[in-house]
Amino acid sequence: MKDTLLRFSNVSKNYYGNVVLENINFEVRAGEIHALIGENGAGKSTLMNVLFGMPVIHTTGGYEGDVLINGEKVDIKSPYEAMHAGIGMVHQEFMLIPGFTITENIKINREITLPNMVSRILGKRLETLDMIKMNTDARKALDTLDMGIEEFTLVAGLPVGHKQFIEIAREIDKSGIKILVFDEPTAVLTESEAHNLLNAIRRLSQLGIGIIFISHRLDEVIDVADRVTVLRDGQLVTTKEVKDTNAVEIAQLMIGRSVTIERVHSDKRKISDDIMLSVKGLRVGMPGEMVRGIDLEVRKGEIIGIGGLAGQGKLGIANGIMGTYPARGEVIFNGKPLKMNAPHLTIASGIAFVSEDRKGVGLLLNESIELNIAFTDMQINNGFLHKFAGFTIKNYREIRKHAERMIKDLDIRCKSSLQNTGSLSGGNQQKVCVARALTQKPQFIFVSEPTRGIDVGAKKLILDLLFKLNEEYGMTIVMTSSELAEMRSICDKIIIICNGTVAGVLTPDASDADFGLMMSGSRIRNAGDAALTDKGGI
Amino acid sequence: MTDQANTSVLRLKSPGNIGIATLIIAAFWFTTLIGAYFTGISVQTLLSDTMKRAGMNGILVLAMVPAIQSGTGPNFALPVGIVCGLFALICAIEFNLTGALCLFVSIILSIPIAVIAGYAYGKLLNAVKGSEMTIATYTGFSITALMCLVWMMVPFTNEKIGWFLGEGLRETIQLGAVDAAFIINNFMAFKIGEIIIPTGLLLIFGFFSVLVWLFFDSKSGIAISAGGINPKFAQATGLNIDRNRILANILSTVLGAIGIIVYSQSFGYAQLYTAPLMMAFPAVAAVLIGGATASRANVLNVIIGVFLFQGLLTTALPVANEIFKGTDLSEVMRMIIQNGIILYALTQVKRGG
Amino acid sequence: MLLGEENKVVFNYKGILSWVLDNIVTIIFVLFVLFGFMISKDIRMNYFLSELCDRLFRNSFLVLSLIIPVLAGLGLNFGIVIGAMCGQAAIALARYHGLGGMSGLLFCFVISFLLAVLCGYFTGKLYNKTRGQEMIAGLIAGFFANGVYQFIFLFMVGVIIKVPATHPLIMPNGIGVRMTVDLVPVENGGLKFALENMYKIPFVHALLVVALVALVILFIGYYLNKKRGEGYKNRPVSFGFNVLMCLLIASMAVYVMAAAPKLFGVSSNLNAIASNLNKESDLEAVKSELRAITSEISAIAANDDVIAPRLNAAVSDINDMIIPNLTPAKLNAVTSFIYATASDINTAAIVSSPNVMVSNFMQVRTVPVAVGLLIIGLCIFTSLIMRTKLGQDFRSVGQSQHIAEVSGINVDRTRIIATIISTVLAGWGQLIFIQSLGTLSTYSAHTQIGMFSVAALLVGGASTSRASVKNAIFGTILFNAMFIMSPTIGESLFGAAGLAEYFRTLMVYGVIGVALGLHVWKANKKNRIVVE
Repeated sequence: MKDTLLRFSNVSKNYYGNVVLENINFEVRAGEIHALIGENGAGKSTLMNVLFGMPVIHTTGGYEGDVLINGEKVDIKSPYEAMHAGIGMVHQEFMLIPGFTITENIKINREITLPNMVSRILGKRLETLDMIKMNTDARKALDTLDMGIEEFTLVAGLPVGHKQFIEIAREIDKSGIKILVFDEPTAVLTESEAHNLLNAIRRLSQLGIGIIFISHRLDEVIDVADRVTVLRDGQLVTTKEVKDTNAVEIAQLMIGRSVTIERVHSDKRKISDDIMLSVKGLRVGMPGEMVRGIDLEVRKGEIIGIGGLAGQGKLGIANGIMGTYPARGEVIFNGKPLKMNAPHLTIASGIAFVSEDRKGVGLLLNESIELNIAFTDMQINNGFLHKFAGFTIKNYREIRKHAERMIKDLDIRCKSSLQNTGSLSGGNQQKVCVARALTQKPQFIFVSEPTRGIDVGAKKLILDLLFKLNEEYGMTIVMTSSELAEMRSICDKIIIICNGTVAGVLTPDASDADFGLMMSGSRIRNAGDAALTDKGGI
Repeated sequence: MTDQANTSVLRLKSPGNIGIATLIIAAFWFTTLIGAYFTGISVQTLLSDTMKRAGMNGILVLAMVPAIQSGTGPNFALPVGIVCGLFALICAIEFNLTGALCLFVSIILSIPIAVIAGYAYGKLLNAVKGSEMTIATYTGFSITALMCLVWMMVPFTNEKIGWFLGEGLRETIQLGAVDAAFIINNFMAFKIGEIIIPTGLLLIFGFFSVLVWLFFDSKSGIAISAGGINPKFAQATGLNIDRNRILANILSTVLGAIGIIVYSQSFGYAQLYTAPLMMAFPAVAAVLIGGATASRANVLNVIIGVFLFQGLLTTALPVANEIFKGTDLSEVMRMIIQNGIILYALTQVKRGG
Repeated sequence: MLLGEENKVVFNYKGILSWVLDNIVTIIFVLFVLFGFMISKDIRMNYFLSELCDRLFRNSFLVLSLIIPVLAGLGLNFGIVIGAMCGQAAIALARYHGLGGMSGLLFCFVISFLLAVLCGYFTGKLYNKTRGQEMIAGLIAGFFANGVYQFIFLFMVGVIIKVPATHPLIMPNGIGVRMTVDLVPVENGGLKFALENMYKIPFVHALLVVALVALVILFIGYYLNKKRGEGYKNRPVSFGFNVLMCLLIASMAVYVMAAAPKLFGVSSNLNAIASNLNKESDLEAVKSELRAITSEISAIAANDDVIAPRLNAAVSDINDMIIPNLTPAKLNAVTSFIYATASDINTAAIVSSPNVMVSNFMQVRTVPVAVGLLIIGLCIFTSLIMRTKLGQDFRSVGQSQHIAEVSGINVDRTRIIATIISTVLAGWGQLIFIQSLGTLSTYSAHTQIGMFSVAALLVGGASTSRASVKNAIFGTILFNAMFIMSPTIGESLFGAAGLAEYFRTLMVYGVIGVALGLHVWKANKKNRIVVE
């Protein structure tokens, strides 16, 4: 057995009582590639934050348990200390300066210097850069990765694959690098680039570096990793030798049925055969959630779920159709084509949107509940306005009346309709967002991440509310969510998005393994099989 | 827009947010007033002057509100509006108009000119999002310098605005010569004791204040404000932010144009050439003193700010001159207070906000 | 001018367009100056070059002080006005204590340094608090500091700081510093021209020296790049072009020196005698010097029939009018007579010059070597510091504060250091500026410094995020050329030279506005989100 380089022993972490890591035991051996798997929010990034001593950990009370490197207990307080302890990270978004050469990027803040006359008097910071040595070092690191590119090339304009390698070169150039973390390294790469990268990772592990490989691409994990650890809801599910397991099992372990929200049924619902919304070839430029060509159809009265891992583009769909990010493609609503990138037309045609970014996009936090509720209707449909002295000004009385009714109907807990939305709890804020959407009297509503950042009791209320809207008013709902359980509880079918395209459509009662595999993109080609319910799909 | 959460003065319209800076200036003013009393300076005269100067500057300060609310920051390019107003005023005099008619025509004339200028300026600001304040400052400077050339070259012939010899317009044009000086000031003016109330001036300032206040309660006004506080929210709601920003800056420019006409009649002279160069800064400082920030302002901020700032300048001058005998301290004090408050406001601007 | 990049030939239409857009400010200015030369036949080359030279030596240092903040990502440091005030405070202090000459200069440099470090520190703090708005903050901070400066100089002096009312620095009523303070000439132990007059050489000599020095630097740079394994930095085309330019300038200078009539030397010798004449002078020695000069002139007159009558008249003037009257009592009259004679000889020299260029170059005013050395020193300092760890940190912070922070660089501290360096340099720059003018306009000399320097740098092709020594020097030349030309252009275009002042102001503000606006516009365009 090889030496254990890094060991997490009973590590727990909570943010203000909210437990995000619970008794994690996890180890990385020298020369091993250890895959770390989990859904969004499973605790992967928190674990890495602990490892790198990120300020977010220490400003919120630190962590419990021990981190051991080479068997010695360490307490890493900053990323800088982590670097000295021999821990490196290859970031998902590159930490490279485009205007610098490859050498300068590799050596940033670790420049090799030569003393000169001035520096002897005024300190080390005035020492001259030793470009020759720096270039030599950079060359060596690049050669280790089999990169032929000249070390004095500017980074600007290089292909993404090269940038990734420069990041790796920087980490291995650091003296005494022991552990290297790859955070979704292949997410932005083309297939051949990803292939090269995996080879490089193997080569690095052969040098005796312990590698933590965070990825959601299960086939890659099977391909490259020696062991795999699965996290779910802040808990360690299992650590297995890769040779003893397979993608289906990992997918199942990753999803699990952690929170069971019971599936609701109702006989009153009416799902018509009319296609209400039809989307063809939708592409959306939402940074971090790029949509790269999506077709889907929604029938009147349906509740559709859109799922997928973070960064795969599921959030981009609603945002693109609603015009908050630039979009291209054909969208037909109620038989009429919608003009893209014209949010007011989309809203006026009867589509409402409850954004995933409640505090940033959904609400005016320093304004009253009543103004927030009335706002969109006032601006788009000219509601709540009256004439005064030649001005079309807002009608306080109407707004108040309406807001108070909404507060009662949706059970928004507040002191009065004049309270600022910023001072409401997450669940009540979400209800205000829904109230605003309802005030527009829409036929169709996009709801994104409706339960994000809301406590468990309130989650149920929001879901019930959505279901009731559908049941009683026949509202068609498209709900985008990272929480499979809640989509499974109310949606008629769930569309899984991977890499900006539709990976497949699943029924709510499909197996965990199906969900897991589809979300990981391992099954894009054969997604159509048993999972697909009927003719309505894609 | 992460600054939304931690700034307390983000309100579309609120009954006033008195900040610490406002309180300090207010206390300072009060102290100087007491100082004035003890040094034997007539407090009544000081209050009369304060009212006159506040009314005179009021509309110029009011011009800050639409710009700030729309998210483009204080209108450092106020000279754009000012030169529009001055040009209209000069035209009215060139047409041989006098008295109230001269002022009225120049105000009417200034509006279309300012609308066009404001439109162009708004377009410019939309192209340089993120650095509006710096660009606005240099737009103001550039337009003033450009207008210097125009003043030199316009072929106006009226001897009241031209030099006796040579070409070009005069640096300062006496409005008394066309009976247009102090008309608004003297309208229904009355005295309480020794305090002169410039009723007309205050009325017109009040009138425009109410207009702006009503505007920000209207559909467009609310849309502009929402775009200023939270552009993402506004966009998701289907508002055309760019158009609203242009609209707000047109409004600001028009107010600037009308403001300078009211200012000039109260001053008695229309000042051309480099006079408008630095005029944006006192107006910005006044609204900030009134409790506004670089991203939020309302009419109440304007009223409080203009009275406090002008009051302080009016009172401090004779008082300071009593202490520092034989010197003129007011200009220096104005520079320190005015730029100090702008600097303070700048440090409160969140990055990218 | 070492403009390697400018002479790349671009063929495709889009490339040309974007190149024009990138260099629009520079192009406008080049066209403007060329236009000025075209329409104004009467602007004399020697006048133009003299003025340009004076202004170049006066302003370069200030413009160079802007470079480091640009590279450190602070944008254009309008706050150099604050540094300039520190420099003026130092001069006022030196004047008050009657310091001058070498020690006075040293005193000024030290005091200015200390004040500027303090002010620069606070300015840097301010910039860290107004991230993203540094330029407007710098501008306003300049205004604010000006208020404080005026408060100290106008009111504190005399009221709180006790000073004698009779001091020539102080206003007659005993409160405040005068509006304009004449510095004591360096000959009388003051600061006026203290650096300027340390050592002066004729313009053509300076031209030759600068060209040769530039040549040496070029070759050293080329060699060092090779030796350091950075051979890729050497671009043969631009290197060749630069070398050629240097050689051209050097050979021109050599030609002028060789072809120039000796009479120019005679005339300047006479001028030197006149300017050194005072009560303590050894009059007998002066007489023999003058006799030597007459024989020199006679020798030249014998070989040139055209100017012989003029020269013979000058010889008889010296022999009959000057030498006999060289007594302490008639010193003043004689001095002015010598000057007149010198100018006569100068005229003769111009007549006998082989061509206009030679006479023009020979008439350009002399060049202050000490100031020149300081400027070259600052150029080298700026280049060298960017090769140190600190310089590399400036660049890292300038390119991305976030990445620098993550890499463990103390971003705030680095930015403060950049601001301090800039403020200190600006203070020294203002010292050079004021001693060169000879008078301290206490309340106005500094106010325009920030704008003018920034405009000059932008004209040289710099932007808010990119600046170099080349940009600074080229920009100073071009910007000041515009300043010199604008009255002539105003005169011939609009028929009124009075417009020039306004026109200049417009150019300054316009340049800054356009350059900044374009920069932001381009950045915004690049960052626009697009559909993949």
